[in-house]
Amino acid sequence: MPCSAPKLCVDDVSMTFKTPGGVFHALAPVTLAIPQGRFVSLIGPSGCGKSTIFNIIAGLLEPTGGRVIIDGLDSTGTIGRVGYMLQKDLLLPWRSVLDNVILGMEIQGVPLKAARERALPLLHRYGLGGFEYLYPNALSGGMRQRAALLRTLLFDTDVILLDEPFGALDAQTKLAMQEWLMQLWSDFGKTVLFVTHDVEEAIYLSDEVHVMGTRPGRIIETIAVALPRPRARMSALSQEFLAIKERCLALLTVSPAASETMNRAA
Amino acid sequence: MTVQDTIGAALGLASAKSEAAPAAARPVRRLPVQRDWPTWALLVAQAVILVGGLSLWEIAARAGWIDAFFWSQPSAIANTMAIFFTTGDAWTDISFTFRSTILGFLLGTTAGSLLGLSFWWSRNYAAIVQPYIICLESIPKLALAPLIVLVFGIGLPSKIAVATALTLVVSTLTAYAGVKALDPDGEKLFYSLGATRLQVFRKLVVPFCLPWIISVLRVNIGLALTGAIVGEFIASQHGLGRAILYAGQTYDIALVWVAVLVLSTLAVIMYAAVSWLESVLRKGVRQ
Repeated sequence: MPCSAPKLCVDDVSMTFKTPGGVFHALAPVTLAIPQGRFVSLIGPSGCGKSTIFNIIAGLLEPTGGRVIIDGLDSTGTIGRVGYMLQKDLLLPWRSVLDNVILGMEIQGVPLKAARERALPLLHRYGLGGFEYLYPNALSGGMRQRAALLRTLLFDTDVILLDEPFGALDAQTKLAMQEWLMQLWSDFGKTVLFVTHDVEEAIYLSDEVHVMGTRPGRIIETIAVALPRPRARMSALSQEFLAIKERCLALLTVSPAASETMNRAA
Repeated sequence: MTVQDTIGAALGLASAKSEAAPAAARPVRRLPVQRDWPTWALLVAQAVILVGGLSLWEIAARAGWIDAFFWSQPSAIANTMAIFFTTGDAWTDISFTFRSTILGFLLGTTAGSLLGLSFWWSRNYAAIVQPYIICLESIPKLALAPLIVLVFGIGLPSKIAVATALTLVVSTLTAYAGVKALDPDGEKLFYSLGATRLQVFRKLVVPFCLPWIISVLRVNIGLALTGAIVGEFIASQHGLGRAILYAGQTYDIALVWVAVLVLSTLAVIMYAAVSWLESVLRKGVRQ
């Protein structure tokens, strides 16, 4: 049984949708086992089912087959077990940054005052000091993502899912946010599942990178990143890093070409 | 062909064109500038128009250019106004019309907004009820006024009912438009945090739709006033609408003007009050 020890286990999960054109296989059986405290990335072309996996883990989508196991308990189709940060920051414009950040705690029934008291020092420590009583529309893109991430962390689940959190940021801000995320991750010791289109970002942040393919969505290859932590920016120039990057890019770009060749052969 | 020519042609700078219309021949034009008058000058202009118009009316009536029996005249209207407010029913009528308008406005806006928001709870329910709401919108509600007066009697309730009927549908449709504009990802976020449906409704749907609900307040106060007046036209013992109808039937044109003036003042006051309420609510919502 591969799913007894890990924190989060996606056990043989598959997803099919019925469309007018027939049955669409969004996800072939996928298995992922993620130990406590790991940082794991999923990369792959659009439509490879990354977001589908996230929705299934978060309980927002019932898989056609398989189970989601968190802490050894079957959590398939149950909500509120993991922190989930969607691509958009989804900050509520009528709430101050502080009241946005405590949303998860508030929904779980933590008294407002206690929730705010817990959130305030964290806002200060993680770069949102002085912004706590502002409204989201006064914040820059990077600041909004910070608030959204803190909201996810303060939800107090061991596992958090981050769906392309830095996808919409400019390159400069993105680098700063990666450093910031690394600091948060080492401070909080969460188990992180991270989706990105950016191969370098995935390798730089992760302990393990899963490369996915399309039609149906599946994991083609799992690559361990053994670079020592904390990682310097310069590590992205090391032999090992470049080798992994090369392998990832090959996997991501080769598959359509390969299928084309096969088509031509046939 | 030189390199310069080629570049010029590529940029669309035909050399023939610039020879035909040299820069010097082009008329010199400046940006038109409008100077703003000071506020007092604008106020004076407005006062001149008002006083001038009224004087012209009075002179025309006295000189016999217009028939004072049909058009009345400012001096007669002023006299009637004084009588209306001293020995007449002014305050009874004003309070009657004011009450039915405000109650109809509150009832229609509240019930309509709640109805519109309720469509969030069930897509099936919304799909079933929607055609009826659209039917209700297309009926000219004022055409139902005689029926409403028959059912609710000639007292205050029938006026409130007409005002409610006019405001309810607008509020319902606007609140429903808010519900439909809700980002599904917002709901996804709430559910991923383990929220119940009631929590999503209270913490997401209601605050999100509030700007929509607020935006319809000013429209509704006008509609409620129209409803109340029409209700009074059909059958009533009090109210400014009744005063207008009664004065018209007895050829007391000065009284028609007085009632219309009072009604306009009432409308302006209520409109200003609702605008103020709107700005207060908007500050609370921050959208």
